[in-house]
Amino acid sequence: MINIIASHGSELLSGLGQTVLCSVIALFFSLIIGSMFAIFEVLPSKVLHTIGRIYVEVVRNIPLLVVTMFFYIVIPQYVASINGFVAGTIGLTIYTSAFIAETVRAGIQSVSGGQMEAARSNGMTYWQAMRYIVLPQAFKIVIPPLGNQFINLVKNSSVLAFVAGFDLMYVGNDIASTSFDTINSYLVVGVMYLIITMPLSYYMRYLEKRTNRGAA
Amino acid sequence: MMKSFMDAYSAVNLMFLLKGLWITVEVSVISIILSYILGGILGFIRYMRIKYFSAIVGFIIDLIRNLPLILIFFFVYFGLPNLGLRIEIIPSSILALTVFESAMLAEIIRGGIESISKGQMEGARANGLTYWQAMRYIILPQAQVRMIPALVSQFISLIKDTSLATIIMLPELMYHAQIIYGQNTNYIIPMFVALAVMYFIVCYALSLFSRYLEKRIAS
Repeated sequence: MINIIASHGSELLSGLGQTVLCSVIALFFSLIIGSMFAIFEVLPSKVLHTIGRIYVEVVRNIPLLVVTMFFYIVIPQYVASINGFVAGTIGLTIYTSAFIAETVRAGIQSVSGGQMEAARSNGMTYWQAMRYIVLPQAFKIVIPPLGNQFINLVKNSSVLAFVAGFDLMYVGNDIASTSFDTINSYLVVGVMYLIITMPLSYYMRYLEKRTNRGAA
Repeated sequence: MMKSFMDAYSAVNLMFLLKGLWITVEVSVISIILSYILGGILGFIRYMRIKYFSAIVGFIIDLIRNLPLILIFFFVYFGLPNLGLRIEIIPSSILALTVFESAMLAEIIRGGIESISKGQMEGARANGLTYWQAMRYIILPQAQVRMIPALVSQFISLIKDTSLATIIMLPELMYHAQIIYGQNTNYIIPMFVALAVMYFIVCYALSLFSRYLEKRIAS
């Protein structure tokens, strides 16, 4: 393992950088898109509700790889030339947004209906009540599940290896196939993923416990 | 456009896709069964809190859960031969999926058992059941019901995740579709439509079944 780190350290670090960068970008945009569809689903409008449901159900039931390859193969063919990193990040964003929509929707619905009614009867409009009363409370509830989504994102970003996204998995596999020391290369890559995901997952577990205690 | 769809969905191509779908289903079903058994054992060990042993098992579960599945595929198929252990593609895929998913399932199963109130166990023991009888007849049946949604959504993930095994050239649905659109760029969009539809039908049917199961048990 030391050999691999010594001879390929900088490549691995740049791969790790790409992995984190892609995960952060995808998290940011999937939060926006996911929250939008979550709000669609709780709105009184039947049409928007249906659009939200269809989006979530369709995207959630298609593999991430299919979504990512779609953007990697189809966009350059018909629209514009984009590289693997961009295509991969778009795929990840779309895929994750459906899961975030589910999480945020559950959060909004767990804020009791009385909150909305009280806000409305105090003279707020529907949107004011949503913006100042319901959403802030909902977001507090969904922070631990969103953290878990971020962990999934870091792990899922390894699909960039399929589309030459130069992420940690791609770089690691490249090192494995050129050095022939596959076991050690993959072990190093595994440790690097764990350095990001393990502390996060323990922290999220701690947050969940704290929130649960607060609720009880 | 219409024509390329008609050509892409020729009988030969459709048969080829269905063959891939069959491998996807076959590998998924075997992995689901194996990882349910293994995950159940691991989850139970973690629940039991046996000194040191449970903590070590728990740590290993956490390690696996926090790794990307693709890495586990690579490790099993390209890594293990370095240690002198060469496994064929299909068993490799099943092994990698089972290792990863059983770690996921272990957490779901442990959480499910823990969610049943302690009073249930105490009540059963007070009525003369042994620990294992209480587990078997009182705790597990209740935990099972609560776990259904989480279990089924994990099974759906597993089915979707089999597509990642294209990276070790498992001849499943995604791999076969790639072969078809690799021959003719006009087939790209028809193939992605077919992929989306096929995966959606399998996964959505499973989630509908889970909802039906929940309702039936609840009533």
